[in-house]
Amino acid sequence: MELSFYLVQLLNAVQYGFLLFLVASGLTLRFGIMGIINLAHGSFYMVGAYLAYWLTDLTGSFWLAILLGLPIALGVGYLVERFAISFLYQRDHLYQVLLTFALILVFNELQQILWGTDVHGVVIPEILAGSIPLTDNQSYPVYRLFISAACIAIACGMYWVIQKTRLGMMIRAGASNREMVQALGIDVNRLFAFVFSLGVALAAFAGMLAAPVDSVYPGMGENVLIISFVVVVIGGTGSIKGTFVGAMLIGLVSTFGKVLLPEMASIMVYALMAIILLWRPHGLFGRAV
Amino acid sequence: MSALIRSMPLLAALLALVLFPQFGSEYYVGLVSRILIVALFALSLDLLIGYTGLVSFGHAAFYGIGGYALAIAFQDASVIPLWQALPLSLAAAAFAALVIGWISIRTSGVYFIMLTLAMAQMFFYFFFESPRYGGDDGIFLFLKPVLMVGSEDILKLDQENNFYYFALSCLVASYLLLLMILRAPFGKVIKAIKANEHRVRALGYSTSGYKLVSFVIAGTLAGLAGFLEGVHSGYINPSYMSWHESGICIAIVVLGGMGTLYGPIVGAFIIILLQNFLPELTEHWQLLFGGIIIAVVLFLPRGATSLYPHLRELIRRPQRGEREPQEAADD
Amino acid sequence: MSEKNRKGITRRDFIVQGTVATAGLAAASILVPAPFAIGAQAKVKVGILLPYTGTYAKLGTNIRDAMLMRFAEAGNKLGGRPIEFVDIDSEAKPAKAQQLTEKLIKRENVDFLVGPVHSVVGMAMVKMARVSGPITVIPNAGADQLTGALCAPNVFRTSFSSYQMGYPGGPAMIEDGHKRVVLMYWNYGFGKQVAAAFKKSFVPAGGTIIKEIPTPFPKVDFQAYLTELAALKPDAVYTFYAGGGAVKFVKDFAAAGLKKSIKLYGAGFLTEGLGAAQGDAAEGVRTILHYADSLENPVNQRFRAAFKAATGSNADVYAVQGYDAGELILRGMNAVKGDTGARAEMIRAMETAEIDSPRGKLRFSASHNPIHDVYLREVVKGENRVVRVAAKAQDDPATGCSM
Repeated sequence: MELSFYLVQLLNAVQYGFLLFLVASGLTLRFGIMGIINLAHGSFYMVGAYLAYWLTDLTGSFWLAILLGLPIALGVGYLVERFAISFLYQRDHLYQVLLTFALILVFNELQQILWGTDVHGVVIPEILAGSIPLTDNQSYPVYRLFISAACIAIACGMYWVIQKTRLGMMIRAGASNREMVQALGIDVNRLFAFVFSLGVALAAFAGMLAAPVDSVYPGMGENVLIISFVVVVIGGTGSIKGTFVGAMLIGLVSTFGKVLLPEMASIMVYALMAIILLWRPHGLFGRAV
Repeated sequence: MSALIRSMPLLAALLALVLFPQFGSEYYVGLVSRILIVALFALSLDLLIGYTGLVSFGHAAFYGIGGYALAIAFQDASVIPLWQALPLSLAAAAFAALVIGWISIRTSGVYFIMLTLAMAQMFFYFFFESPRYGGDDGIFLFLKPVLMVGSEDILKLDQENNFYYFALSCLVASYLLLLMILRAPFGKVIKAIKANEHRVRALGYSTSGYKLVSFVIAGTLAGLAGFLEGVHSGYINPSYMSWHESGICIAIVVLGGMGTLYGPIVGAFIIILLQNFLPELTEHWQLLFGGIIIAVVLFLPRGATSLYPHLRELIRRPQRGEREPQEAADD
Repeated sequence: MSEKNRKGITRRDFIVQGTVATAGLAAASILVPAPFAIGAQAKVKVGILLPYTGTYAKLGTNIRDAMLMRFAEAGNKLGGRPIEFVDIDSEAKPAKAQQLTEKLIKRENVDFLVGPVHSVVGMAMVKMARVSGPITVIPNAGADQLTGALCAPNVFRTSFSSYQMGYPGGPAMIEDGHKRVVLMYWNYGFGKQVAAAFKKSFVPAGGTIIKEIPTPFPKVDFQAYLTELAALKPDAVYTFYAGGGAVKFVKDFAAAGLKKSIKLYGAGFLTEGLGAAQGDAAEGVRTILHYADSLENPVNQRFRAAFKAATGSNADVYAVQGYDAGELILRGMNAVKGDTGARAEMIRAMETAEIDSPRGKLRFSASHNPIHDVYLREVVKGENRVVRVAAKAQDDPATGCSM
C-alpha cells in the first residue's frame, strides 16, 4: 500500500477519535468527575439520535431539532438524576451499575413505544452536504469536518469550565469531598443534578450529531456504551485531557488494527485497556476514585 | 438449637426442591434445573461482591469458559466421560480466573469493574470471531456426559429428573463448600478486606493473595455452572459470556441479597421466574422488569431476603408479644 | 457452524434421536388424546417465537402481522378448527432460545411452531424441535444448517438459506460486466455463509475476488475498511449488511465518494425496507433477493394493499415470508381437515405445496427449503425495482441433510 493510503487511514483514525471523544464526553463528566457509573450512557446517546430524527421530521430543520432537542435531553437527565441517581451517591458502585443497567431496559422499551422499531436516517443539512476529494477515487464529507470541529469546541469548552471557572471548581471540590463542600454552603444536590443533566445532554448531543452519518435504530446505544467506558478508563477518570488522549489512542489502535491485524480488531481495544491499567492502575491521567 | 431453628426455612426449601420433580411436569423440572444452574452462577459471584468486596463485571466469562471447555473438548467424541469432562471444565475456568484475577486485582474500585469487563469482552470476541470454535453460531453437543461404572451408565443425565438432582447436588455442595470457607479463617480475612482493606493490610496480611484465591474459587464455581448449562442445553455460544449475562448475574445477587449465601439463590428464582412470566403479561415487559430492578435498588438495597426478618416478626408478633422489639434489635 | 460441528450429527445420533422423538410422540398420544379426538372445534395451538424487542423487532412484527393476516383471510380457522396463539418475544437472544422453545413445546404443547428471525436462535430452536416436536416453520432465519445438517421431516422454511443470498449474486455480477470484485460482509455465521456461496458461483464463472474484508458484527464503523476498499480499486463490491448496519454502510459508501468508481452490490437486506433511512445514498445500488416491492403479479399487489390496510405499514420481504408461513400451515391443516394426528399426510401436503406467493411461484426442496426465483434489483427513486431474474427456481444444496 502507498503512503497516501496510510495518511487517509490516519485521518480516519483521528476522525474516529473525535467521534469517540464526543460520545465519551458526557460520560467523563458523570463517571469521571462525579464518579457515577452510568451504563445508561448509550441509552442517552440513542435518545439524542431519535430526538434528532423525530424533531427534524417535525420541524424540517436539523438545526432546529438540535435546538429543541437539547432542552428535552437536559430535562430527561434532570428527572433521572432526581428520581433515581441522587439516592445512590453515598452507596457502593454496585448499585449504580445495577440501577443504570435497569435503565437501559426501560429506555429501550420507551424508545420502542414512542418511536417504533423502524430503522431511520437523518439527512445531512444542505450547507454541510458537500465533500472534498481526497485521493483519485475517495472523498471526504464536509459533515465529518463539522463533527471534528464540534468535538474540539466541546473539549475546549469542558476543559475551560472544569479547570477555570468557579462552577468547575465547585464540581471538582464536590466530587472529591461532598460533605466539605456542603458545609461551605454550596448546594451540592443542585450542583450534581445540574452536572448530571449536562452529561446526559452531552450524550444526547453526540447522538444528534452522529445521526446524519449513522443510522437511527433500536438498541443503537449499546454500540457506543462499552467503548465509551474504555475511552474514559484508559484516559483516567476525572481528566478531560485523559479522555481526549484515550479517544485518540482508541481511534488509532482500532483503525490500524482493522487494517493490519483484522482478526484481532475487536479484541485489541480491550487488550490496550488491560495493558494500560496494568501499567497505570488509574489510567493515563487519572487519580484514585 | 437456635442454629437448627434458624436453618429450618433453608431445610424446608431444600426439601421442597428435592420433592419438586415428583410433582412438577417435565417443563417445570427443566425450568427449575435452569434456575438451579443460574443460582450456582450467582452464588459464585456473591463470594466476590458480597463477601470480598470485589465487584466483578466480567463473571460471565467463567460461566462461558466452563461450557466451552466441555463443548470444544468433546464435540466430536462418541462418549463424554463425566469424570474427564467435569474436571476439565473446572480447571479451564480456574485457570482463566487465575489469569484474569491476577491482572484485575491490581486495580480497585471502578477500575476493577471496568478491567474485569474488558477481560470478559476479550473472551467474548475471541469466541465470537474466531472461526475455530464455531464463531457466533456456537457449538452443539449431541451427547450428554456419562458416569460409567464398568459398562453401566449409572447417571443418565439425558433424563430431566436425573439432571435436576445432579444440578441440585452441585448447588448444595457448592453452598456447603462456601459455608465452610467463610467460617474458616480465610473467610474472616476476606470479609475484613471488604470492610477495610487498609486495616487488614496493616495487620500484616497479603490482601492480594486472599483476593486472588477468592477470585479463583468464584471463577471455578461459575465454570461449574457453565458446565451444567452446557450439559443441560447441549449448546454453547458466545452470548453466554456477554456483558449482559454479567449484568443480569449482578442483578440476581443484589436482588436476592448479597452477602448471604441464600440470597443469590432466592434472587435466581425471582429473576428467572420474572423473565419467564412477565412477557406473558405485556409485550413491553422489559419496562416492568427494569422498573422492578430500579425499585429494589432504591427501596430494598439489601435485597429480597432482607424482608425475611420483618416477615418473621409479623408472623411471630401475636405469639411472642412483648419480647419482640428486642428481637428486632438483634437483627 | 464449522465443518467440525457438522460432523457432530452422526448417523447414529440421528437414528437415536429419531427413535426418541417417535417414542415421545407415541407416549404423548396415549396420555393426551389428540385434540381432534375431542371434537373438530378443539383449538389448534400455534406457537410464535419472534423478536419484538431490539434490533430485529421490526422484522418480528412484520412476520407475525402478515401471518396473522393470512389466517384472518382464511376465517381464522385451520382445517376447520379455531386457532389459539402463544406468542413469545425471542429478544433475538441465543442464550434464551432453548428455554423459550422448551416453553412452547413442553408447556404449551403447541401443534405448530413459527420462528425465529435470528439464525443462531433458529439453530437452538430447531435442534429441540426436530427431536420432540411440533411442525416447525421458519419464516426468516437463514443459516444453511437449518435445512442442511439440522434438517428434519417436521421442519420447513419459507424464507431463504444464506446460500440463496450469495450464490445468485456471482453470475448476476458477471453478466453486469464486473469481474474484479471485493467481498465485504459482517463477520458472523450468516455473513460468512453468504460470502462462501457467492464465491462458489462467481469464481468458476470467471470472476476474481481481489480481497475478502470481513468486518466485526454488529459494529458499524466502516471508515477504515472503505479506505481499504478504495485503495484496492475493484470494479464492484458484493456485501452483506442488514438493518442499522446496512443504512450506515450505504451512507458511508456514498459519503466517501466511492459510488462513482465502484459499483455496490449486495444480498437484498442491504436496501430492503430501508429506503427512507438511506435516501439518495442508496440510488443505483443493486441487490439480490427473492422479492421486490414492485413485483408485478396480482398476488403481490393484493397482498401489499391488504397489509398496508391491516397494519398501516408497508409490506417487505419479511412480511412476505410470514404470509407464506401462514399459507404453508393452512395447506397442511386443510389437507388433513384439521387432524393434527395425521402427521405424515400433513407433512406430505406441505412439502408438495406450490404456493402463489407475493414473491412469485414458491415450491419446497426435499430438505424443505424454498425454491424460488431470485431477482436482481436496483434502487431507483428510493424503490427496489426488478432489473431481471437473476436465477430461475434457485434451489439450495442442503449440505449435510439426510432425510
